[in-house]
Amino acid sequence: MPVVLEHLGKSFGDGAPVLDDVNANIGKGEFVALLGASGCGKSTLLNIMAGLEAPSSGALEVPSDGAAFMFQDAALFPWLTARENIELALKLRNVRKAERKAKAQELLELVHLGTAGDKRPHELSGGMRQRVSLARSLAQDRQLLLMDEPFAALDAITRDLLHDELERIWKETGRTIVFVTHNVREAVRLGQRVLLLSSRPGRVVQEWAVTEEHRTDAGLAGQLTGVITARLREEIRRHAK
Amino acid sequence: MPSNPTPLAEAPSEPVETRHVHAALTRSSTGREDLRELESGLDSLQSDADRKHRIDWSRVLLPIAALVALVLIWQFYVSLGVKRRDLVPGPLDVAAQMGVLWNEGKLQESVWTSMQRGLVGFVISVAIATPVGLLLAQVAPLRRAFGPLISGLQVLPSVAWVPAAIIWFGLTDATVYFVIFMGAIPSIINGLISGVDQIPPQYRRVGTVLGASRLQMALQIILPAALPGYLSGLKQGWAFSWRSLMAAEIIAVGGTIGFGLGSLLDQGRQLSDMSVVMAAILLILAVGILIELLVFAPIEKRLLRSRGLLSGSTR
Ligand SMILES: Nc1ncnc2c1ncn2[C@@H]1O[C@H](COP(=O)(O)OP(=O)(O)O)[C@@H](O)[C@H]1O
Ligand SMILES: [Mg+2]
Repeated sequence: MPVVLEHLGKSFGDGAPVLDDVNANIGKGEFVALLGASGCGKSTLLNIMAGLEAPSSGALEVPSDGAAFMFQDAALFPWLTARENIELALKLRNVRKAERKAKAQELLELVHLGTAGDKRPHELSGGMRQRVSLARSLAQDRQLLLMDEPFAALDAITRDLLHDELERIWKETGRTIVFVTHNVREAVRLGQRVLLLSSRPGRVVQEWAVTEEHRTDAGLAGQLTGVITARLREEIRRHAK
Repeated sequence: MPSNPTPLAEAPSEPVETRHVHAALTRSSTGREDLRELESGLDSLQSDADRKHRIDWSRVLLPIAALVALVLIWQFYVSLGVKRRDLVPGPLDVAAQMGVLWNEGKLQESVWTSMQRGLVGFVISVAIATPVGLLLAQVAPLRRAFGPLISGLQVLPSVAWVPAAIIWFGLTDATVYFVIFMGAIPSIINGLISGVDQIPPQYRRVGTVLGASRLQMALQIILPAALPGYLSGLKQGWAFSWRSLMAAEIIAVGGTIGFGLGSLLDQGRQLSDMSVVMAAILLILAVGILIELLVFAPIEKRLLRSRGLLSGSTR
């Protein structure tokens, strides 16, 4: 099990706990969608898994070499070209210079950006930037890939394509992916499992399996989306005054 | 407007589903090739086409036109004869005076002396201010301790140091350089600090996630990220160097201090020769503009353009 979360809790200062008693197991090569309303603590949970923040209570098990991370905004360095951004990730991993070049090109081609490598981030569209960002997180070469609403700011057409792209890359590279989103459709489209996180405190309250049939049968997928949406709304309504 | 309510009233009767655009729930491409094609189509639609950077003549011609207009107004005013000619010399008088100064060799000497001092003083200021600025930006207690003092020094006009410098160093070059340092160093330090402050916190987080060590973080991420702020600090540092230098040269004359533009200005004042004074002022201004246009503007433009920070500005 690459990721085990046991009774994980987190509070900032002496405020109410943001996360409380979060339990989850994520298997090797699994694609898990972590779904929750805005502000429920999804990013916090992901940051804890990435080691960017420490949990207040509970225990977690993550791969010893850490995790690759992809942010909502591409967070590419504007003074580097797309290729150099990827090469920087390799460099910080101590990959030798000769190897870096070939590896960066390979990753650019994997995200279908083989010819755009010398462009600066501002010359790329939002979708292209996110693909460079994906390539950079793959350059980290970690088994576990954490993604924090990476496609939330993109238009629907681009997002659809990036969903296909991400699914393909996941299958080709065998990564374990934890994908955070507040969008039920996105969770159903991508995850093998959808975990629903409640709000205040955040806790995994229910999970659903998504099968291969859901990938091709829009009716079936729509049905599941409806069920999950209803559950999410119920969770949100609990907080009405 | 009687016809308006009708379409409005009809709108809600449309099926709800068609009014929202939803992301697809299932695979939307049919295979790898299809996906690649769709993506490259979107890429070329959404990213900027390569724009050629042509010389924009309005950038060159408009400032020249403005200059010509100002000189014409000046000449017109002088030819009205409102004031005595020796109090308000015209552009032709000043040009003639410059010719005289050139023939005497004074113009070349003063421009060369001042520029050389200004540049040497500036370069030394950069060499001192950069490490100090980085240190202050990265070490919080140091910054708390010295930050207000440095900001204060930046507000203090460096002319205020001239009397002290003369008492300490006499009429030597050391006086001039001291005044330059007191003007330039604080503003370069402040520029670098604010450059580091303005780095989006996301960059540090990315650095951490990518596994950067402390040193790698400082050199590969903090320093390049802070470059725009650092550069504007340098620009301001140069302006302060040049101003401080002029102040020092005007006040401290004689001794082993050479003959600079400030000295020329002061000489004009003592001779009550307004055309010399005007010539010196114009030369001081010209050097300032020249350094800005030839050195800082191209560097800044390249830096900002490469980061996509230029579009929409009126430069
Ligand atoms: N560094 C922090 N300090 C204090 N509160 C925080 C901090 N980070 C997040 N929070 C709070 O934790 C809650 C969950 O935030 P977040 O994990 O970003 O939610 P999500 O990603 O699900 O939208 C929010 O109420 C937010 O205000
Ligand atoms: Mg978030």
